[in-house]
Amino acid sequence: MTAPDAVRAAVEAAYRDEWGQVVATLIGLTGEWDLAEDCAQDSFAAALATWPREGIPGRPGAWLTTVARNRARDRLRHDKAGAAKLRQLVVLAPGTEELVAEEIPDERLRLIFTCCHPALPFPARVALTLRTLTGLNTAEIARAFLTAESTMAQRLVRAKHKIVEAGIPYRVPRAELLPQRLSAVLAVLYLIFNEGYDEQDGRRALTAEGIHLARVLVRLMPSEPEPRGLLALMLLLEARRANRTAGGVLIPLEDQDRSRWDGALIAEGVATLDEALALRRAGPYQVQAAIAACHATAPDAASTDWPQIAALYAELARAAPSPVVDLNRAVAIAMAEGIPAGLALVDALAESGRLRGYYLLPATRADLLRRAGRSAEAAQAYEEALASAPTDAERRYLAGRLREL
Amino acid sequence: MKYVLLICDDETDAPTNEEIAADPAHRAWAADVDRRGRRLGGARLRPVADATTVRVRDGEILVSDGPFAETKDFVGGVDIIDCADLDEALEIAAGHPYARRGCVEVRPVWE
Repeated sequence: MTAPDAVRAAVEAAYRDEWGQVVATLIGLTGEWDLAEDCAQDSFAAALATWPREGIPGRPGAWLTTVARNRARDRLRHDKAGAAKLRQLVVLAPGTEELVAEEIPDERLRLIFTCCHPALPFPARVALTLRTLTGLNTAEIARAFLTAESTMAQRLVRAKHKIVEAGIPYRVPRAELLPQRLSAVLAVLYLIFNEGYDEQDGRRALTAEGIHLARVLVRLMPSEPEPRGLLALMLLLEARRANRTAGGVLIPLEDQDRSRWDGALIAEGVATLDEALALRRAGPYQVQAAIAACHATAPDAASTDWPQIAALYAELARAAPSPVVDLNRAVAIAMAEGIPAGLALVDALAESGRLRGYYLLPATRADLLRRAGRSAEAAQAYEEALASAPTDAERRYLAGRLREL
Repeated sequence: MKYVLLICDDETDAPTNEEIAADPAHRAWAADVDRRGRRLGGARLRPVADATTVRVRDGEILVSDGPFAETKDFVGGVDIIDCADLDEALEIAAGHPYARRGCVEVRPVWE
């Protein structure tokens, strides 16, 4: 007999760590996405029923996969069309545990790349990755992305349908397709992380999922630098998160209590970035991680290495051009070379109209004008930013700044 | 799996059949697909000026001049290929010279 609490904790841990592996293995064997998820679900239910009697197995993942596969075999037996797949399952049946344990890493990677195939619409890639790799249910994913559950369910059904009907292969693409496909995978994982970074209810778990999936990708593709770059970026941002707001008000970087940043995460982030850079193929995520590392390792705001950050933003603007990157570079230049230089860049961006409606443009302008002592213009820019700020924490911060002027 | 490639382009400066036949890019693509043994058939279509659309509504046959859709890019040809999966079909589609001037829609065949 094993204590109910211990079993519950073990099943929860297995769900977190093994769900994606079990589903991936079952999809690999049967090619049936819904069947794979149903049988994975059943195997966790069986664990809750069996482990209190028989004890927690040494390798929960292998146990769950074996149960799920047997369940799939039973289901396919009742289904004529399943005959061919059934043969495949039977062939793989003997000596299962070893076989499964070895297949798993590759299966999970295949699942990530299939979910993030460019033939699927971007929102479906994100939803499908979360559903199949983390076991978040449709309602949880819908809540996290502020979408109706029915919309999210439809998105998932369509995506699975297209994978089968359009013949999207269940595999990691060949080397020459990898750069393009890998960048789509990284974009999905970063979006998942960022959705959780806004401190809104129901979303916080997504940062953990993003980091978890990035770790999986790093382990599975050790010679690719960008997954490490992305993981480093996530760890360095996560290290500062607890201190990002206070009482529902955003705290800007320079006012954050650096002693409350998570030193262990910062150390791991920096080490991960070093491993990525050692592979000597720079990419946008490594550059962003390097910028985050400059902030995270500065002992205080005043000693931040702004010239280095400005140079990194210039590199990022070359590798992955975007007006948001230009805006960040303008801030770094204001801090490194003086407010007027930065303001000139911000004003040029405003004139180009490329960031129309993006609240950080007026918010940044307001901050620079305030630092330059141009209060009246700063107040006007704060008003403009307030009108389009997306979260309460940001609105409260801007309103506070406006009152101080 | 079978796929149809819908070869789409703005037809305002379409090359002639002779130009296409002589174009090394077209010849290389056709040779590549044939070498893979993937091509089941295909056809170039005459311009949309020669198209006629038929609809039947309430038992009445409605015949109108032109294609069914009002767009800039029209289907100018089709190729039918048989591939292992979508990735192979996309690779073949990306090699088609019209992917560079118009676009190629890849549609699985209902089998």
